[in-house]
Amino acid sequence: MRKYLTKKAIIYLITFFFAVTIDWVIPRFMPGNPIHFLISRFATLPEAVKVIQSYFTQAFGLDKPLHEQYLNFWRALFRGDLGISIYLYPQPVAKVIARSLPYTLIVLLPAVLLSFAVGNRLGAFVAKKRKLDNFALPIFYTLTAAPYFWFGILLAWLLGVVFRLFPIAGAYSFAMTPSFSWRFIVNFLYHWVLPFSSLFLVMLGGWAIGMRNMIIYELEANYSRYLESLGASQSLIRRYAYRNAILPQVTGLAIQLGTVVAGSLTTEIVFSYPGIGYILMQGILNQDYFLIQGCFLFIILGVLIANFLIDIFYVIIDPRIRKSYTGEV
Amino acid sequence: MKKFLVAFVVLFFVAALMGQVFERSKTLYVGGGLWAPPSNWNPFTPWNAVTGTIGLVYETLFLYDPLNDKFEPWLAESGSWIKPNVFQLKLRKGLRWQDGRPLTIDDVIFTFEIAKKYTSISYSPIWNWLEKIEKIDDNTLNFVFSDPRYQEWSQQLISIAIVPKHIWEKKTEDEILQGANEKPVGSGPYYVESWTGDRNVYRKNPDWWGIKALGLDPKPERVVILRVLSNNVAVGMLMKGELDWSNFFLPGVPVLKKGYGLHTWYENPPYMLPANTAGIYINVNKYPLSIPEFRRAMAFAINTQKIVERVFENMVTVSNPAGILPLPGFMKYYPKEVVDKFGFRYDPETAKKILDELGFKDVDGDGFREDPKGNKFKLTIECPYGWTDWMVSIQSIAEDLRAVGINVEARFPDYSKYADNLYGGKFDMILNNFQTGVSSTIWSYFNGVFYPDAVEAEYAYAGNFGRYNNPEVRALMDELNRSRDDEKIRQAVAKLTEILLKDLPFIPLWYNGAWFQASEQVWTNWPSEKNPYTWPIAWGGHWQLGGVKVLFNIKAK
Repeated sequence: MRKYLTKKAIIYLITFFFAVTIDWVIPRFMPGNPIHFLISRFATLPEAVKVIQSYFTQAFGLDKPLHEQYLNFWRALFRGDLGISIYLYPQPVAKVIARSLPYTLIVLLPAVLLSFAVGNRLGAFVAKKRKLDNFALPIFYTLTAAPYFWFGILLAWLLGVVFRLFPIAGAYSFAMTPSFSWRFIVNFLYHWVLPFSSLFLVMLGGWAIGMRNMIIYELEANYSRYLESLGASQSLIRRYAYRNAILPQVTGLAIQLGTVVAGSLTTEIVFSYPGIGYILMQGILNQDYFLIQGCFLFIILGVLIANFLIDIFYVIIDPRIRKSYTGEV
Repeated sequence: MKKFLVAFVVLFFVAALMGQVFERSKTLYVGGGLWAPPSNWNPFTPWNAVTGTIGLVYETLFLYDPLNDKFEPWLAESGSWIKPNVFQLKLRKGLRWQDGRPLTIDDVIFTFEIAKKYTSISYSPIWNWLEKIEKIDDNTLNFVFSDPRYQEWSQQLISIAIVPKHIWEKKTEDEILQGANEKPVGSGPYYVESWTGDRNVYRKNPDWWGIKALGLDPKPERVVILRVLSNNVAVGMLMKGELDWSNFFLPGVPVLKKGYGLHTWYENPPYMLPANTAGIYINVNKYPLSIPEFRRAMAFAINTQKIVERVFENMVTVSNPAGILPLPGFMKYYPKEVVDKFGFRYDPETAKKILDELGFKDVDGDGFREDPKGNKFKLTIECPYGWTDWMVSIQSIAEDLRAVGINVEARFPDYSKYADNLYGGKFDMILNNFQTGVSSTIWSYFNGVFYPDAVEAEYAYAGNFGRYNNPEVRALMDELNRSRDDEKIRQAVAKLTEILLKDLPFIPLWYNGAWFQASEQVWTNWPSEKNPYTWPIAWGGHWQLGGVKVLFNIKAK
């Protein structure tokens, strides 16, 4: 068990190092200079502009050679300092992210967990009903094949513009300030429905298809046949099939996480939902090195940690792996 | 367990009742001046601060009314030049900060002197030409100048926000410049009540000094500055009455006005007041754009009227050849004789004639002219991607130029690349209006066109992006800045205009509008041509031009 965890931990650390380095490099390949943004927002007197330019170039450390900027970046990172946003000057990046993170999580987490739970059940259920299967499978395929942002636009257009059932932008109405009140919570949920559904439905399709195929495969497997010949009940056989079939699904979840997070980012942009994805987009448009770095860092951390948790979870639900590492097999 | 549950439910309901929604009839929703989530209320970094930080929370000594070309004392009671190098300022009595402390002459002195101590404060270069500040009595100051730059000073008087000494004197230079100042204490009619990612809520300051001293009553209890991300959403919100005061560029105002009774400044085209001059800067160091006559030919080839009609649906007007804004403060210096003599107009035949005379002829018959030596050349014109009205405009310009045989292609780089090209002078031709806006002095317009220091700078932000170099211009600009006699200013403007029209480093095209649309569903008595009580714009830097006075004059329905 310890061997397994150490090995995984080392791999994750190396991945982290490279991911963060790339994260630092990429914004700096963009043409232009973030100081331009700071200045171009406001026409002011020429002498003032000179003062502003030289002060902020120094304050952001952009006058230093690149390797020094890179080292400073790691140094600051170990102190937990992500720098100051240029776009949202002078807010610290960590604070900006802390404000956006809840919005991302509140859409992403329920969508991932619910779609996984519901999708697997649905897939297993469909697998044993031929007629339903014929009807449901094309729907699942359509859902899973749809890009998140495209499906988001489709929902926004259909439910927001054509039927006017749901608002299409923002996390709550303009006439409200966030507060712990019924009106606010209802309003918030009302705005939450579309971004959530667009993630939930697309993911749901994938899980349902995966589960359906796995169940059909497991039901044909030797152990199922053997159980059947022993006279075991159908529901018992299905229970065993489900336990076996869920394993690749969990692996799938680990692999999918990156895409899911990317999907949630684009969904936020579609619905102007003020989460990490949305703020990242603004950072890119405004060439805010520090904000882009910070957002990606969070995404990298999130995906790595989630993967790590799934690795551990996998050990728990699959006795074979656990035992192979503890040397019992 | 049951008891807890009951207690919890009761608590939940009580909390729920306390949640507030702004009373619509006392709330003004404003859009068009906030493009990023609110993050900064620092009067020392106004280019990043939420619009209204200076104007609603912090105040300036004077306001300037561009509709009547008049400086209005605001925190100041009066101000005048008592000697050629001494500006005497009298401060109002009974001014008060929002924390209850009095605003005194010492706060004014502090505001200026802090910039002497900390040279990274944006207005600190003032001290290169301001010698000292003398306190005469508790309400009077003398600003003694070593080199009085009258025009620049007048602009500073409406730009520098007076800050409370007792709060800012304890801060270091970095704290001043890098602070978000989330709880700003100003002297103005509104203070910051709350903010989230897409809005900033200002609340009325019931103890504002102006209520008594000026008899002005801020009508809305709350002013909510909204960050609306697209024009379509803004249109929808205006129609539904969710947005009262809009300063967005909204396409299709003629249609919207008919269908929904939107309020605009003029009832008929162009509907909007002019706010700045849009034109193309030309890279004067690149052949063949380096030939003044070649640039002149281009000026004759561009059909701006076509752009005004097709792209802007007549919501803007064609600029005069000098690009001088048609506002009284600028037009009083308009050198008509010079413009008549050296100006240009749309006339492709003249353009062709000039090019022929220069020896630019289509030798190989491909429809484009080659240079006198027979070499082919190709030029580009650019604007940021996504600025749809400008994108169509430069396509139209490129088309016009190709029609007279100049091979020009329109390019649309991302904004970051565009900004880098613009400030770095890395372009052939570029459409821009950043530095040619309304201000209290015509000096600022010519600075936007000619800014002499741009020539040597790697990045120049204040104008003259095409790096036009002419020592005579520098002398004239300095003279203009140091003049306050109308006749002298007129002469300098006439000379500068002559140089502009002869050399054309910048071709003025049209006046971009002071975009203003208002909904009359909740608030009425908006300013207009017939009721021109103030400049109707809520962008950063425009509250001091009169934007703040909208709040005293609108009426709840």
